Amino acid sequence: MNMILSPIPWLLVIPLAGATLTMLLPYHWRSAASVVGIFTQLMASVILWYQVTHYGPQFYAMADWQAPLGISLRADGLATLFVLMSSLVASACAFYAHHYLSLHKRANFWPLLWFLWASLNGIWLAADTFNLYVGLELLTFAAVGLVAFASDERSLEASIRYLYAALLGSMAYLLGVALLYGAQGTLAMDSLAETWQWGPTTQVAVTLILGGLLLKTAVFPLHTWLPPAHGGALTPVSALLSALVIKASFYILLRFWIEFQIYQFLPSLSQLLGALGAGAILWGGWMALRQTHLKMVVAYSTVAQIGYMTLMFPLLVAENSEASMLAYQGGILMLLAHAFAKAGMFLAAGNLIFCTGKPDLVSLAGMSRYRPLNIFAFGLAGVSLMGLPPSGGFNAKWMLLQSSFMSGQWWWIVVLLLGSLLSAAYIFRVFAYTYQETDALDTYKRPRLSLELIALSLSGISILLGFASLWPLEMISLPGPVMEALP
Amino acid sequence: MDTNLIFTLCGVGLCGLGFFGFIYHRHLLRRLIAFNLIGNGTFLVMVGFAQRGQGVTDHVIQALVLTGIVVAVAATALGLVLIRRWFQLKGSTQLPEDDAS
Repeated sequence: MNMILSPIPWLLVIPLAGATLTMLLPYHWRSAASVVGIFTQLMASVILWYQVTHYGPQFYAMADWQAPLGISLRADGLATLFVLMSSLVASACAFYAHHYLSLHKRANFWPLLWFLWASLNGIWLAADTFNLYVGLELLTFAAVGLVAFASDERSLEASIRYLYAALLGSMAYLLGVALLYGAQGTLAMDSLAETWQWGPTTQVAVTLILGGLLLKTAVFPLHTWLPPAHGGALTPVSALLSALVIKASFYILLRFWIEFQIYQFLPSLSQLLGALGAGAILWGGWMALRQTHLKMVVAYSTVAQIGYMTLMFPLLVAENSEASMLAYQGGILMLLAHAFAKAGMFLAAGNLIFCTGKPDLVSLAGMSRYRPLNIFAFGLAGVSLMGLPPSGGFNAKWMLLQSSFMSGQWWWIVVLLLGSLLSAAYIFRVFAYTYQETDALDTYKRPRLSLELIALSLSGISILLGFASLWPLEMISLPGPVMEALP
Repeated sequence: MDTNLIFTLCGVGLCGLGFFGFIYHRHLLRRLIAFNLIGNGTFLVMVGFAQRGQGVTDHVIQALVLTGIVVAVAATALGLVLIRRWFQLKGSTQLPEDDAS
């Protein structure tokens, strides 16, 4: 298909052009140019969604250079869903940033945002393992730059830690890819899946790739870089990082796990992943309960939520196709609900901190009376994160529970329930602070209504997902490489 | 012994050395250099392991290594900028040890 008709190249070209253009334009023009870019991006995502649902998976070779030397891209249902998710969340965060940041900050925010967006789309659409590596590295650079953007000592320290952890992770991934290429002679995902053979080299390669991706996704106990980076960044950046960036390495892990049918051959490794997920849920929830700063609570909640997504791996069992399907769908829905809920929660938390001017929980006193709309946005996101009905998070947890029942792995049920209790505890703890009344006369700043509405709409989407779960689930069930590889 | 096998083994050795340095050292520049060692080791493994026993050059892998080198240079540059800023702010070449994680 030529370039004009297919939306796939535009999903990469527009953000890359946006990154370059916004670096060159004078400050006052950068926001206007970015708004145009955001709308074309949303349009391209919707066109891609239309094409994939009506005509099946789409393939595209950049500039008609075929693999192995060219860059080939593909969009199946899963990739399209992720493109749509990142377009929606990134647009919301971009508009938030436009109102939230000062002119000078904003001007330098745009190029980094566009690089981030380009690398995200590159990862969702990549059809070979090496392009995934390039996407991961570009994503790291953009994300580290954005964390350092808060330009204080704490965020600088966090960004250096983040950079080192991420570099180590991507090098391990690249070494794994090199070994895979040496063993199998190809880099393309589909031909790797066809000719996949287990041997010592492949096993070492899978171990390296797994380790690297777990470090980049911040799965417990490799999560220590995450809370300072996500909690210390500027608010729109925190939302982008927690909602989208960690999902990229998780997405690659998921594709490897299912498309190369690793889950069939290494069930004990799946159980290990599940154990790490359980550790993340319990430790992340416990640490969130003990934080004194609002954004750190939200950041540790991300650690716990990554655990829920990781729980889908042990539930993908070859013998039970129904349980596997439920686990796959539940895991993806969990990821989707978390993306919207966490972005909404971070933005709402940022608004509250803007009001009080202090980052700690104690100074939230009286906020539920003073900023009810904002507390409502925080609460809606909390409902989805706790997994209360009706919300996307509830449906996702329900499916994971059912899948655990069906495959007879009762121990994950215990973890899921304990995790929900912990998340309820840390979210209600935040609420308790907002209901406190202090005698001290405080001065509060009033955030713009648009900032509160953006947070509210993101949280609202995570609730709406509870009513419209079928739609994303149908989308990821469209025929494609992942569906073929599931039992 | 095939030259490519020697490359591979050297690469694995470099990766191991780099990994050790990355974990062991606290000085930020040393860790960045250790990262570069891991990177170079990886590239040697890529070239050597993919071309072992073939006797012909594999263009794909050379293109990949070139891309990889560009990415590693960019990573090093970003790391250096952050380390320099850290040094300007704190006058220190290492991160404070984390007491609670």
